[in-house]
Amino acid sequence: MTEITSRRGLLFGAAAVSAGALITGCTSNEPSGSKDEPAGNDQPAADDKPGKKVTIGFAGPQADHGWLNAINDNAKERAEKYADVTLEITEGSNDTAQQIGQIETLINKKVDVLVVLPADGKALTQVGLKAMRAGIPVVNLDRIFNTPQAYRCWIGGDNYGMGLNAGHYIGEKLKGKSGARVIELAGLDNLELTKQRTKGFDDALKNYPNIKKVARQAAEFTVESGQAKMAQLLQAQSKFDALWNHDDDQGVGALRAIEQAGRDDFLMVGGAGALSAFQAIKQDDGVLKATVLYPPTMAASAIDLARALGQGKGVGGMAEFEIPASITLYSAVVDKTNVDQYMPTGFQ
Amino acid sequence: MTQPVSPPRDSTDKVPEAQPPAWRGLLFRADVRTLSLLGVLAALILIGGITKPDEFLDTRNLQLVLTQASVIGVVTVGMTFVIVSGGIDLSVGAIVALASVWATTVATQEYGFVGILFTAMIVGVGCGLVNGVLIAYGAMVPFIATLAMLASARGLALQITDGKTQIVTVPSVLDLGERDAYVLGIPPLVLVFAVVTVIGWLVLNRTTFGRRTVAVGGNPEAARLAGIDVRRQRLYLYLLSGLCCGIAAFLLIVLAGSGQNTNGNLYELDAIAAAIIGGTLLSGGRGTIVGSVLGVLIFTTITNIFALNNLQSDVQQIAKGAIIVAAVLVQRRTASTT
Repeated sequence: MTEITSRRGLLFGAAAVSAGALITGCTSNEPSGSKDEPAGNDQPAADDKPGKKVTIGFAGPQADHGWLNAINDNAKERAEKYADVTLEITEGSNDTAQQIGQIETLINKKVDVLVVLPADGKALTQVGLKAMRAGIPVVNLDRIFNTPQAYRCWIGGDNYGMGLNAGHYIGEKLKGKSGARVIELAGLDNLELTKQRTKGFDDALKNYPNIKKVARQAAEFTVESGQAKMAQLLQAQSKFDALWNHDDDQGVGALRAIEQAGRDDFLMVGGAGALSAFQAIKQDDGVLKATVLYPPTMAASAIDLARALGQGKGVGGMAEFEIPASITLYSAVVDKTNVDQYMPTGFQ
Repeated sequence: MTQPVSPPRDSTDKVPEAQPPAWRGLLFRADVRTLSLLGVLAALILIGGITKPDEFLDTRNLQLVLTQASVIGVVTVGMTFVIVSGGIDLSVGAIVALASVWATTVATQEYGFVGILFTAMIVGVGCGLVNGVLIAYGAMVPFIATLAMLASARGLALQITDGKTQIVTVPSVLDLGERDAYVLGIPPLVLVFAVVTVIGWLVLNRTTFGRRTVAVGGNPEAARLAGIDVRRQRLYLYLLSGLCCGIAAFLLIVLAGSGQNTNGNLYELDAIAAAIIGGTLLSGGRGTIVGSVLGVLIFTTITNIFALNNLQSDVQQIAKGAIIVAAVLVQRRTASTT
């Protein structure tokens, strides 16, 4: 997915550059007021001021997990912030057929813009295409559709980047330690995102020849599975220097297993950005030293983008007239130095 | 059902309640089966000992395996009773989830250890009561009634938590999972598991209740004719299964330090698989607590060996399936020779 994203990014970049050239070409005859003024300064950019009324349809998966729950909350709260936005939200579902039905209902209701976080991106591509053909632009949230024709804009997290940044963080912390051993507690192995996170992690570790990944076990994104798998890992690896855990929810269980085993001889990096993880990092009295973000704020941003789309505006701070075609969020590393800044985004 | 009852038939068709040798025979047959299960377990221990001698044959690992077996083990004891009576309980995982999230809601945590323990058990028993009433007095097929409970209990668990992980903040509950709480090197969770197993064994093999359970499972009509209140017996059995789920939920809270709506995922299948590997007939009338517990231990040991050897989850799942088939085939062999 990362490769596709970057390739699309390249295409988009090229398109933006040529569009920019076109704009400059068209406007170069006109004398410009001041030289340092950005080209697109007078374009309409989305801001907080009420504008044209927009009805946004939102369809997401069942919020049976901390992160997904935070996604719904973020979307709702952001929509409430705008007086000109009406949010039509469907009941979350992990059933593909049901979600297709829900999106079709939203299409029939003629919402202005759709925001879709599909339970399964590939399986929902067709209904994305259907919406686009019906003239309803789709903001595809996180789990990507099969073809760019099925959405106007994609915004989501960077699973590969999570692994990469976790790997680099651990690499820097273990720098100079020869024969360092690292283990990985992965998420659900039948999800593609888990494989991307692992690949990013492995790629990052290649930069540090002194580090060897000695074990990897997959849990199921649940506290229970995190505890069970971590307890086994701790038993299997009597000595290691660092642990990367893909998900802060299962991390609650993993931390419990670590505590129960009485181990504190390694550093742990989490993933996602749960409030409990932030609190543990801030307290700094356990093994958890950092977590790599997969920000649920992307849902709020998706509402912003959908509103801008509905009002035909661009994004403030960017030169383009239109909103971008693709936005990949950064998987920032949150540790003791910056945890206060991220604390408000932590989800339960 | 409305057939007239002839007294002579009644007296010849005695149910096990009046014949102590019946369960003695059951016990003997179970012994052959138990031995074959112990053989499987011994083989696994050998494999573990050969592949990872230092990590596997370690006191800490033994404690770990038993601790991990405790939660599902308690559920399986209740499940065994239900299956022996000819029923099935598909809702055990969902009940564990509901009991664990209800017992860890903020309000409950204010009442401390006792509040959490009793809420878990009351929720378990409550769900069991609904199952039991539907099946015994509503004449619903157990498969359907407990399937409905599975769906609604999970839904309710999700509603209560709103998808959030409810972290336990009561120290006395958490302490129970710590190493300081071990009694003579045995984790408290394992002790609870052991007590539930012993009580389960005693009830099934040494009490009227147990004999009635076997009778209802073997031939409900005969049991009814023998004067057993079959419906009330069924109600009690689902209550028992619910109670076991409540206890298991509490153990899970201690173990994982939290309640989550995803707790107890697929417990129903694990518990049924363990009971069947343990020699319990899915059609009812036969089953042993010892066999079921050995089934649980076999599963947990496999998982442990896989993790110690760093096998990935796909390999684990394939091997687990193969072992279920192999164990049942071995069972058939031993069953047909006795």
